[in-house]
Amino acid sequence: MSRRTFHVLPGFNLTLGYTLFYLCIIVLIPLSAVFLKTSQLGLSQFWDVVTTPRVIASYKLSFGASLLAAAINAVFGLGLAWALVRYSFPGKKLVDALIDLPFALPTAVAGIALTALYAPNGWLGSALEPLGIKVAFTPLGVLVSLVFIGLPFVVRTVQPILEDLDTELEEAAASLGARRWQTFRHVTLPILLPALLTGFALAFARAVGEYGSVIFIAGNIPMVSEITPLMIITKLEQYDYTGATAIAVVMLLFSFVLLLAINGLQAWTEKATGRNR
Amino acid sequence: MAGATTLHAGGDVAARFENRAATREPAWFKWTLITVSLAFFTLFLLMPLIAVFVEALRKGWDTYLAALIEPDAVSAIKLTLIAAVIAVPLNLTFGVAAAWAITKFNFRGKHLLITLIDLPFSVSPVVAGLIYVLVFGAQGWFGPWLQGHDVKIIFAVPGIVLATIFVTFPFIARELIPLMQAQGKEEEEAAVVLGANGWQTFWYVTLPNIKWGLLYGVILCNARAMGEFGAVSVVSGHIRGLTNTMPLHVEILYNEYQFAAAFAVASLLALLALVTLGIKTWVERQASKVKEEE
Repeated sequence: MSRRTFHVLPGFNLTLGYTLFYLCIIVLIPLSAVFLKTSQLGLSQFWDVVTTPRVIASYKLSFGASLLAAAINAVFGLGLAWALVRYSFPGKKLVDALIDLPFALPTAVAGIALTALYAPNGWLGSALEPLGIKVAFTPLGVLVSLVFIGLPFVVRTVQPILEDLDTELEEAAASLGARRWQTFRHVTLPILLPALLTGFALAFARAVGEYGSVIFIAGNIPMVSEITPLMIITKLEQYDYTGATAIAVVMLLFSFVLLLAINGLQAWTEKATGRNR
Repeated sequence: MAGATTLHAGGDVAARFENRAATREPAWFKWTLITVSLAFFTLFLLMPLIAVFVEALRKGWDTYLAALIEPDAVSAIKLTLIAAVIAVPLNLTFGVAAAWAITKFNFRGKHLLITLIDLPFSVSPVVAGLIYVLVFGAQGWFGPWLQGHDVKIIFAVPGIVLATIFVTFPFIARELIPLMQAQGKEEEEAAVVLGANGWQTFWYVTLPNIKWGLLYGVILCNARAMGEFGAVSVVSGHIRGLTNTMPLHVEILYNEYQFAAAFAVASLLALLALVTLGIKTWVERQASKVKEEE
């Protein structure tokens, strides 16, 4: 098929040509600027810029909090998806519609709302303070906003797979004497696993790059609560374009690896469930 | 990468599982899971949403309205609308063209192309802003040339529009590709064989099939375009009344401790989000009706 030059349907050259043109001017050429700019730095200089203690501390926070947030979302997101698909309860439709709120709510709005809630005088902050728990302006605050931002990814990747599951598999397991938990552990979970991992990876990828919802609640204390995207902003404000670009390269390389992993996971999901999206 | 945002037209299947002993969990488990899930939902999603409106109205309606009709707020609202009005149609055209090329033809490197279209989803918004600074900024590739011709892109409206286009780039394409792939190309081929031209085929055959997915992609793209913060923040320069979008205006007010005003502008964006979710739910219902009829 790929060698055929004649197509029944019209518009191949026009649409593919426009797609490639637009992709190049909006995405590929500007992105290549990051790598070209960095290539002006020597390798050792590059290494020095991206491994200063303050930047290393930001990687630890960004990656650590993102992993933890994605893990929390994987657990509670699976629970939410299960409840939404398998049970009927009052208000279910509203909950289902609002799950996507983090996709639709601008990140800056989420950021100031979470800060207002968790600040020492906020609804939740004032309740937690007597317990000695400080959320706003600490790494814990970063975690809270990353949980917010990542939740729909897990729910929305697991939910359709759960909906498509037939009752027969579980009935077969039950008739063979499996307890409900054993059926879940050995029958349902393996089917859901690729989707669950995809959701986890999507939430993780989104969290690592997140900026708007985090900077308000983080407090941005050097070495303590600065995330990696903020380091890029800080360097830019000091007109240190090469420094900002070098950190951007590290983040980009990381997202490319993650993107490949996610593509692999999605292919696995399709294979495991026979869905072809 | 857009997997989580694609149109989801499933019906309610709860009864199927709850009515059979073999696929039902004990009542205590069911209600514990619902309680824990709803508590998590309330804590992380519902309370922040309610907080926006409560904080916005904390000092009364007069302060609320004053914050919205103040000239800097009005110009921020205008700029946000301008950015969305340019970015959404451009990405719509691109999305339709890309989906047509990818789903109706076979060519080498198709999977690579799909991955590249996804790329902006996995790039941090801050990096998205940075790349345009490197290309069009004063020290960038075209910086000296642009300065010589007195064209401002960075710290001006064109930069904001470009950054908005970048972050919303994949939305519509990613919505349409799986949809059009699932529908195949027999219907279009039949139309062409019967003598329709390309445009007629698209308009009368393809479009009716993809309209819900298309609308869904457009509203999500629009919500992100109006709400983008990180990328726009890098290229804007934060010039009040000139290069401030609504999310940036919220940030400035907040950093100046004008909390009621910040939340007032934020509440407009939260309303936009609620309207977006409302349309989205309605579109999903329409799409699942179509699915049931089939």
